[in-house]
Amino acid sequence: MKNLWKVFKQGIIFENPLLMLMIGLCSALAVTSNVSNGIGMGLAMTFVLLFSEIFISLFRKAIPNSVRLPIFIIIIAAFTTMVDLVMKAYFPELSKSMGVFIPLIVVNCIIMGRVEAFASKQKIMPAIFDSLGMGLGYTWVLVGIAAFREILGNGTVAGIQVMPQSYQPILFFILPPGGFLVFGLFISLNIWLKDRMKKSAAAKENA
Amino acid sequence: MDLMKILLIAILVNNIVLMRFIALCSYIGMTSDLGQSVGMGFAVTFVTVLATAATWPIYNFVLLPLNLTFLKILVFILVIASLVQLVEFYLKKNIPGLYAAMGIYLPLITTNCAILAVTFENIDNHYSFIQSIVYAIGVSLGYLLAMILLAGVRDRIKTSPVPKFLQGTPILFIASSLLGVAFMGFSGLIK
Repeated sequence: MKNLWKVFKQGIIFENPLLMLMIGLCSALAVTSNVSNGIGMGLAMTFVLLFSEIFISLFRKAIPNSVRLPIFIIIIAAFTTMVDLVMKAYFPELSKSMGVFIPLIVVNCIIMGRVEAFASKQKIMPAIFDSLGMGLGYTWVLVGIAAFREILGNGTVAGIQVMPQSYQPILFFILPPGGFLVFGLFISLNIWLKDRMKKSAAAKENA
Repeated sequence: MDLMKILLIAILVNNIVLMRFIALCSYIGMTSDLGQSVGMGFAVTFVTVLATAATWPIYNFVLLPLNLTFLKILVFILVIASLVQLVEFYLKKNIPGLYAAMGIYLPLITTNCAILAVTFENIDNHYSFIQSIVYAIGVSLGYLLAMILLAGVRDRIKTSPVPKFLQGTPILFIASSLLGVAFMGFSGLIK
Protein backbone atom coordinates (compact mmCIF):
# COMPACT_ATOMS: atom_id res chain seq x y z
CA MET A 1 0.00 0.00 0.00
CA LYS A 2 2.82 2.34 0.88
CA ASN A 3 4.43 1.66 -2.48
CA LEU A 4 1.21 2.45 -4.31
CA TRP A 5 0.93 5.75 -2.48
CA LYS A 6 4.49 6.56 -3.49
CA VAL A 7 3.74 5.81 -7.15
CA PHE A 8 0.70 8.07 -6.91
CA LYS A 9 2.70 10.93 -5.38
CA GLN A 10 5.40 10.69 -8.03
CA GLY A 11 3.01 11.77 -10.76
CA ILE A 12 1.46 14.60 -8.80
CA ILE A 13 4.65 16.32 -7.69
CA PHE A 14 8.08 14.80 -8.24
CA GLU A 15 7.59 13.54 -11.78
CA ASN A 16 4.80 15.89 -12.75
CA PRO A 17 4.41 15.32 -16.48
CA LEU A 18 4.09 19.00 -17.35
CA LEU A 19 6.44 20.79 -14.99
CA MET A 20 9.15 18.16 -14.56
CA LEU A 21 9.10 15.86 -17.54
CA MET A 22 7.99 18.59 -19.99
CA ILE A 23 5.81 16.30 -22.04
CA GLY A 24 2.29 16.74 -23.29
CA LEU A 25 2.72 20.47 -23.58
CA CYS A 26 0.55 21.14 -26.63
CA SER A 27 -2.82 20.63 -25.04
CA ALA A 28 -1.69 22.14 -21.74
CA LEU A 29 -1.20 25.57 -23.26
CA ALA A 30 -3.96 25.55 -25.81
CA VAL A 31 -6.95 24.76 -23.63
CA THR A 32 -5.99 26.80 -20.57
CA SER A 33 -7.56 30.09 -21.56
CA ASN A 34 -10.40 29.24 -19.16
CA VAL A 35 -10.86 26.97 -16.17
CA SER A 36 -13.72 24.81 -17.43
CA ASN A 37 -11.71 23.84 -20.52
CA GLY A 38 -8.79 23.00 -18.27
CA ILE A 39 -10.89 20.72 -16.07
CA GLY A 40 -12.53 19.06 -19.09
CA MET A 41 -9.21 18.39 -20.78
CA GLY A 42 -7.63 17.12 -17.56
CA LEU A 43 -10.45 14.66 -16.91
CA ALA A 44 -10.54 13.47 -20.53
CA MET A 45 -6.83 12.86 -20.39
CA THR A 46 -7.01 11.05 -17.03
CA PHE A 47 -9.76 8.78 -18.37
CA VAL A 48 -7.79 7.78 -21.45
CA LEU A 49 -4.62 7.30 -19.42
CA LEU A 50 -6.37 5.19 -16.76
CA PHE A 51 -8.04 2.79 -19.15
CA SER A 52 -5.07 2.51 -21.51
CA GLU A 53 -2.79 1.64 -18.59
CA ILE A 54 -5.27 -0.88 -17.18
CA PHE A 55 -5.69 -2.68 -20.48
CA ILE A 56 -2.05 -2.66 -21.42
CA SER A 57 -1.03 -3.83 -17.97
CA LEU A 58 -3.58 -6.67 -18.19
CA PHE A 59 -2.35 -7.82 -21.58
CA ARG A 60 1.32 -7.05 -21.04
CA LYS A 61 2.31 -10.71 -21.30
CA ALA A 62 0.21 -11.35 -24.39
CA ILE A 63 1.52 -8.42 -26.45
CA PRO A 64 4.57 -9.42 -28.52
CA ASN A 65 7.45 -7.08 -27.94
CA SER A 66 8.16 -6.34 -31.60
CA VAL A 67 4.70 -4.97 -32.42
CA ARG A 68 3.92 -3.40 -29.05
CA LEU A 69 3.89 0.23 -30.23
CA PRO A 70 1.17 -0.21 -32.89
CA ILE A 71 -0.90 -2.18 -30.39
CA PHE A 72 -0.52 0.55 -27.76
CA ILE A 73 -1.58 3.14 -30.31
CA ILE A 74 -4.70 1.18 -31.24
CA ILE A 75 -5.71 0.80 -27.58
CA ILE A 76 -5.13 4.49 -26.87
CA ALA A 77 -6.99 5.51 -30.04
CA ALA A 78 -9.99 3.41 -29.05
CA PHE A 79 -10.35 5.18 -25.69
CA THR A 80 -9.72 8.57 -27.25
CA THR A 81 -12.54 7.92 -29.71
CA MET A 82 -14.83 7.09 -26.78
CA VAL A 83 -13.98 10.32 -25.00
CA ASP A 84 -14.44 12.30 -28.21
CA LEU A 85 -17.88 10.83 -28.86
CA VAL A 86 -19.05 11.20 -25.25
CA MET A 87 -17.90 14.83 -25.16
CA LYS A 88 -19.66 15.56 -28.44
CA ALA A 89 -22.89 13.98 -27.18
CA TYR A 90 -23.08 15.35 -23.63
CA PHE A 91 -20.91 18.48 -23.58
CA PRO A 92 -21.20 19.86 -27.12
CA GLU A 93 -20.08 23.37 -26.14
CA LEU A 94 -16.99 22.19 -24.27
CA SER A 95 -16.13 19.84 -27.11
CA LYS A 96 -16.45 22.64 -29.63
CA SER A 97 -14.23 25.03 -27.71
CA MET A 98 -11.49 22.41 -27.37
CA GLY A 99 -11.82 21.44 -31.02
CA VAL A 100 -9.02 19.34 -32.41
CA PHE A 101 -7.33 18.87 -29.03
CA ILE A 102 -9.60 16.03 -27.93
CA PRO A 103 -8.64 13.76 -30.85
CA LEU A 104 -5.04 14.86 -30.34
CA ILE A 105 -5.01 13.09 -26.95
CA VAL A 106 -4.08 10.02 -28.97
CA VAL A 107 -0.64 11.41 -29.78
CA ASN A 108 -0.12 13.00 -26.38
CA CYS A 109 3.36 12.01 -25.27
CA ILE A 110 2.26 11.55 -21.65
CA ILE A 111 0.09 8.56 -22.46
CA MET A 112 2.54 6.86 -24.80
CA GLY A 113 5.38 7.57 -22.39
CA ARG A 114 3.63 6.17 -19.30
CA VAL A 115 2.29 3.16 -21.14
CA GLU A 116 5.69 2.29 -22.55
CA ALA A 117 7.72 3.09 -19.45
CA PHE A 118 5.33 1.92 -16.75
CA ALA A 119 2.18 -0.04 -17.61
CA SER A 120 3.86 -2.48 -19.99
CA LYS A 121 6.12 -3.67 -17.17
CA GLN A 122 3.97 -3.45 -14.04
CA LYS A 123 1.05 -5.22 -12.43
CA ILE A 124 -2.38 -3.72 -12.63
CA MET A 125 -2.61 -2.00 -9.22
CA PRO A 126 0.56 0.10 -9.60
CA ALA A 127 -0.57 0.93 -13.15
CA ILE A 128 -3.89 2.27 -11.86
CA PHE A 129 -2.18 4.41 -9.24
CA ASP A 130 0.41 5.63 -11.70
CA SER A 131 -2.23 6.70 -14.19
CA LEU A 132 -4.29 8.45 -11.52
CA GLY A 133 -1.21 10.25 -10.20
CA MET A 134 -0.08 11.33 -13.64
CA GLY A 135 -3.60 12.28 -14.69
CA LEU A 136 -4.27 14.36 -11.59
CA GLY A 137 -0.77 15.84 -11.78
CA TYR A 138 -1.59 16.96 -15.30
CA THR A 139 -5.03 18.22 -14.28
CA TRP A 140 -3.92 20.38 -11.35
CA VAL A 141 -1.24 22.13 -13.36
CA LEU A 142 -3.75 22.70 -16.15
CA VAL A 143 -6.33 24.13 -13.76
CA GLY A 144 -3.67 26.26 -12.05
CA ILE A 145 -2.51 27.81 -15.30
CA ALA A 146 -6.08 28.25 -16.50
CA ALA A 147 -7.18 29.97 -13.26
CA PHE A 148 -4.22 32.35 -13.41
CA ARG A 149 -4.90 33.23 -17.03
CA GLU A 150 -8.65 33.52 -16.70
CA ILE A 151 -8.58 35.71 -13.58
CA LEU A 152 -6.10 38.16 -15.06
CA GLY A 153 -7.34 38.01 -18.63
CA ASN A 154 -11.07 37.97 -18.09
CA GLY A 155 -11.72 38.58 -14.39
CA THR A 156 -13.63 35.32 -14.04
CA VAL A 157 -13.17 31.71 -12.85
CA ALA A 158 -15.06 29.13 -14.93
CA GLY A 159 -17.31 31.93 -16.16
CA ILE A 160 -18.14 33.36 -12.70
CA GLN A 161 -17.04 36.93 -12.04
CA VAL A 162 -14.49 37.04 -9.19
CA MET A 163 -12.69 40.32 -9.72
CA PRO A 164 -14.48 43.57 -8.84
CA GLN A 165 -16.51 45.12 -11.65
CA SER A 166 -14.05 47.98 -12.00
CA TYR A 167 -11.25 45.55 -12.88
CA GLN A 168 -9.98 46.10 -16.40
CA PRO A 169 -9.13 42.63 -17.84
CA ILE A 170 -5.62 42.24 -19.25
CA LEU A 171 -6.56 40.60 -22.51
CA PHE A 172 -2.95 39.57 -23.15
CA PHE A 173 -3.23 36.64 -20.72
CA ILE A 174 -5.97 34.79 -22.56
CA LEU A 175 -4.31 35.30 -25.93
CA PRO A 176 -1.76 32.71 -27.12
CA PRO A 177 1.41 34.66 -26.15
CA GLY A 178 0.06 34.99 -22.60
CA GLY A 179 -0.11 31.19 -22.42
CA PHE A 180 3.57 30.90 -23.23
CA LEU A 181 4.50 33.55 -20.68
CA VAL A 182 2.44 32.06 -17.83
CA PHE A 183 3.74 28.57 -18.51
CA GLY A 184 7.34 29.81 -18.56
CA LEU A 185 6.77 31.50 -15.20
CA PHE A 186 5.19 28.34 -13.75
CA ILE A 187 8.26 26.28 -14.67
CA SER A 188 10.49 28.97 -13.26
CA LEU A 189 8.53 28.96 -9.99
CA ASN A 190 8.86 25.20 -9.84
CA ILE A 191 12.65 25.38 -10.29
CA TRP A 192 12.81 28.01 -7.54
CA LEU A 193 10.76 25.83 -5.16
CA LYS A 194 12.93 22.79 -5.84
CA ASP A 195 16.06 24.83 -5.26
CA ARG A 196 14.71 26.12 -1.94
CA MET A 197 13.71 22.65 -0.80
CA LYS A 198 17.20 21.38 -1.58
CA LYS A 199 18.81 24.26 0.30
CA SER A 200 16.66 23.81 3.40
CA ALA A 201 17.38 20.06 3.37
CA ALA A 202 21.10 20.79 3.14
CA ALA A 203 20.84 23.34 5.99
CA LYS A 204 19.12 20.74 8.18
CA GLU A 205 21.91 18.27 7.56
CA ASN A 206 24.57 20.80 8.49
CA ALA A 207 22.82 21.88 11.68
CA MET B 1 -7.27 33.86 -54.33
CA ASP B 2 -9.04 31.50 -51.98
CA LEU B 3 -6.06 29.13 -51.95
CA MET B 4 -3.67 32.00 -51.34
CA LYS B 5 -5.79 33.03 -48.37
CA ILE B 6 -5.73 29.53 -46.88
CA LEU B 7 -1.96 29.40 -47.32
CA LEU B 8 -1.27 32.79 -45.71
CA ILE B 9 -3.64 32.20 -42.80
CA ALA B 10 -2.01 28.84 -42.11
CA ILE B 11 1.55 30.20 -42.22
CA LEU B 12 1.23 33.55 -40.48
CA VAL B 13 -2.12 34.38 -38.93
CA ASN B 14 -2.83 31.01 -37.32
CA ASN B 15 0.75 29.83 -37.02
CA ILE B 16 0.47 26.29 -35.77
CA VAL B 17 3.13 26.57 -33.09
CA LEU B 18 3.05 30.15 -31.90
CA MET B 19 -0.67 30.81 -32.13
CA ARG B 20 -2.16 27.38 -31.64
CA PHE B 21 0.36 25.49 -29.49
CA ILE B 22 0.31 22.35 -31.60
CA ALA B 23 3.59 20.41 -31.97
CA LEU B 24 5.18 22.15 -29.01
CA CYS B 25 7.17 19.09 -27.89
CA SER B 26 9.37 19.10 -30.96
CA TYR B 27 9.43 22.91 -31.01
CA ILE B 28 11.06 22.96 -27.58
CA GLY B 29 12.97 19.71 -27.95
CA MET B 30 14.50 19.90 -31.42
CA THR B 31 15.57 23.50 -31.84
CA SER B 32 18.91 23.45 -30.04
CA ASP B 33 20.67 23.84 -33.37
CA LEU B 34 19.64 25.39 -36.64
CA GLY B 35 20.53 22.46 -38.92
CA GLN B 36 18.51 20.07 -36.85
CA SER B 37 15.45 22.28 -36.75
CA VAL B 38 15.55 22.81 -40.52
CA GLY B 39 15.83 19.04 -41.08
CA MET B 40 12.90 18.41 -38.77
CA GLY B 41 10.88 21.17 -40.45
CA PHE B 42 11.32 19.71 -43.91
CA ALA B 43 10.64 16.16 -42.75
CA VAL B 44 7.37 17.34 -41.18
CA THR B 45 6.42 19.24 -44.36
CA PHE B 46 7.02 16.16 -46.48
CA VAL B 47 5.03 13.80 -44.26
CA THR B 48 2.17 16.25 -43.64
CA VAL B 49 1.53 16.67 -47.36
CA LEU B 50 1.76 12.92 -47.96
CA ALA B 51 -0.50 12.17 -45.00
CA THR B 52 -3.09 14.65 -46.25
CA ALA B 53 -2.96 13.13 -49.72
CA ALA B 54 -3.55 9.71 -48.17
CA THR B 55 -6.15 10.44 -45.49
CA TRP B 56 -8.43 12.78 -47.45
CA PRO B 57 -9.43 10.14 -50.06
CA ILE B 58 -9.73 7.46 -47.37
CA TYR B 59 -12.13 9.62 -45.37
CA ASN B 60 -14.21 10.85 -48.26
CA PHE B 61 -14.33 7.71 -50.40
CA VAL B 62 -14.23 4.95 -47.79
CA LEU B 63 -15.25 6.06 -44.30
CA LEU B 64 -17.98 8.50 -45.33
CA PRO B 65 -19.94 6.20 -47.70
CA LEU B 66 -19.66 3.31 -45.24
CA ASN B 67 -20.82 5.46 -42.31
CA LEU B 68 -17.66 4.68 -40.36
CA THR B 69 -16.63 8.25 -39.61
CA PHE B 70 -16.31 7.50 -35.88
CA LEU B 71 -13.28 5.37 -36.73
CA LYS B 72 -11.35 8.31 -38.12
CA ILE B 73 -8.95 8.74 -35.17
CA LEU B 74 -7.97 5.08 -35.29
CA VAL B 75 -7.70 4.91 -39.07
CA PHE B 76 -5.78 8.15 -39.47
CA ILE B 77 -3.14 7.33 -36.91
CA LEU B 78 -2.58 3.90 -38.42
CA VAL B 79 -2.37 5.32 -41.93
CA ILE B 80 0.14 7.94 -40.84
CA ALA B 81 2.26 5.45 -38.89
CA SER B 82 2.45 2.98 -41.76
CA LEU B 83 3.03 5.77 -44.26
CA VAL B 84 6.03 7.01 -42.29
CA GLN B 85 7.39 3.48 -42.17
CA LEU B 86 6.95 3.06 -45.94
CA VAL B 87 8.60 6.38 -46.70
CA GLU B 88 11.50 5.41 -44.48
CA PHE B 89 12.04 2.09 -46.30
CA TYR B 90 11.70 3.73 -49.70
CA LEU B 91 14.17 6.50 -48.95
CA LYS B 92 16.68 4.13 -47.38
CA LYS B 93 16.64 1.93 -50.46
CA ASN B 94 16.34 4.41 -53.32
CA ILE B 95 17.43 7.88 -52.22
CA PRO B 96 20.11 7.36 -49.57
CA GLY B 97 21.19 11.02 -49.75
CA LEU B 98 17.78 12.30 -48.68
CA TYR B 99 17.50 9.51 -46.11
CA ALA B 100 20.76 10.60 -44.52
CA ALA B 101 19.45 14.18 -44.32
CA MET B 102 16.03 13.55 -42.78
CA GLY B 103 15.77 9.82 -42.09
CA ILE B 104 16.54 10.13 -38.40
CA TYR B 105 13.60 12.50 -37.93
CA LEU B 106 11.06 10.25 -39.60
CA PRO B 107 10.30 7.86 -36.71
CA LEU B 108 9.95 10.84 -34.39
CA ILE B 109 7.23 12.50 -36.40
CA THR B 110 4.79 9.61 -36.39
CA THR B 111 3.44 11.11 -33.21
CA ASN B 112 3.96 14.75 -34.13
CA CYS B 113 0.65 16.41 -33.30
CA ALA B 114 0.88 18.79 -36.26
CA ILE B 115 0.38 16.06 -38.84
CA LEU B 116 -2.64 14.51 -37.17
CA ALA B 117 -4.11 17.92 -36.45
CA VAL B 118 -3.89 18.95 -40.11
CA THR B 119 -5.60 15.80 -41.31
CA PHE B 120 -8.46 16.26 -38.82
CA GLU B 121 -8.89 19.93 -39.61
CA ASN B 122 -9.10 19.27 -43.33
CA ILE B 123 -12.09 17.06 -42.57
CA ASP B 124 -13.68 19.42 -40.03
CA ASN B 125 -13.36 22.42 -42.36
CA HIS B 126 -14.81 20.49 -45.31
CA TYR B 127 -11.88 21.41 -47.54
CA SER B 128 -11.67 20.05 -51.07
CA PHE B 129 -8.66 17.94 -52.00
CA ILE B 130 -6.69 20.86 -53.47
CA GLN B 131 -7.54 23.10 -50.51
CA SER B 132 -6.46 20.35 -48.12
CA ILE B 133 -3.07 20.02 -49.78
CA VAL B 134 -2.57 23.79 -49.76
CA TYR B 135 -3.57 23.93 -46.09
CA ALA B 136 -1.11 21.12 -45.30
CA ILE B 137 1.70 22.99 -47.05
CA GLY B 138 0.82 26.23 -45.27
CA VAL B 139 0.69 24.70 -41.81
CA SER B 140 3.98 22.88 -42.24
CA LEU B 141 5.72 25.96 -43.64
CA GLY B 142 4.45 27.82 -40.57
CA TYR B 143 5.97 25.10 -38.43
CA LEU B 144 9.28 25.34 -40.31
CA LEU B 145 9.27 29.11 -39.85
CA ALA B 146 8.67 28.84 -36.10
CA MET B 147 11.41 26.21 -35.74
CA ILE B 148 13.94 28.39 -37.56
CA LEU B 149 12.97 31.47 -35.56
CA LEU B 150 13.34 29.73 -32.21
CA ALA B 151 16.64 28.10 -33.23
CA GLY B 152 17.97 31.57 -34.06
CA VAL B 153 16.74 33.01 -30.78
CA ARG B 154 18.29 30.12 -28.84
CA ASP B 155 21.68 30.87 -30.40
CA ARG B 156 21.49 34.37 -28.95
CA ILE B 157 20.20 33.18 -25.58
CA LYS B 158 23.30 31.00 -25.17
CA THR B 159 25.49 34.07 -24.90
CA SER B 160 23.10 36.27 -22.92
CA PRO B 161 23.00 36.74 -19.16
CA VAL B 162 19.73 35.03 -18.25
CA PRO B 163 18.46 35.33 -14.63
CA LYS B 164 19.18 32.16 -12.69
CA PHE B 165 15.65 30.83 -12.32
CA LEU B 166 14.74 31.51 -15.93
CA GLN B 167 17.65 29.52 -17.33
CA GLY B 168 16.83 26.51 -19.47
CA THR B 169 13.22 26.00 -20.52
CA PRO B 170 11.48 28.98 -18.87
CA ILE B 171 13.36 31.52 -20.98
CA LEU B 172 12.39 29.59 -24.14
CA PHE B 173 8.74 29.98 -23.27
CA ILE B 174 9.16 33.65 -22.57
CA ALA B 175 11.00 34.12 -25.88
CA SER B 176 8.17 32.22 -27.62
CA SER B 177 5.70 34.51 -25.94
CA LEU B 178 7.45 37.52 -27.48
CA LEU B 179 7.56 35.80 -30.87
CA GLY B 180 3.84 35.18 -30.43
CA VAL B 181 3.22 38.86 -29.78
CA ALA B 182 5.00 39.65 -33.05
CA PHE B 183 2.88 37.08 -34.90
CA MET B 184 -0.30 38.62 -33.50
CA GLY B 185 0.49 41.59 -35.66
CA PHE B 186 -0.37 39.46 -38.68
CA SER B 187 -3.95 39.00 -37.54
CA GLY B 188 -4.98 42.17 -39.37
CA LEU B 189 -3.46 40.86 -42.59
CA ILE B 190 -6.54 39.02 -43.81
CA LYS B 191 -10.03 40.41 -43.49
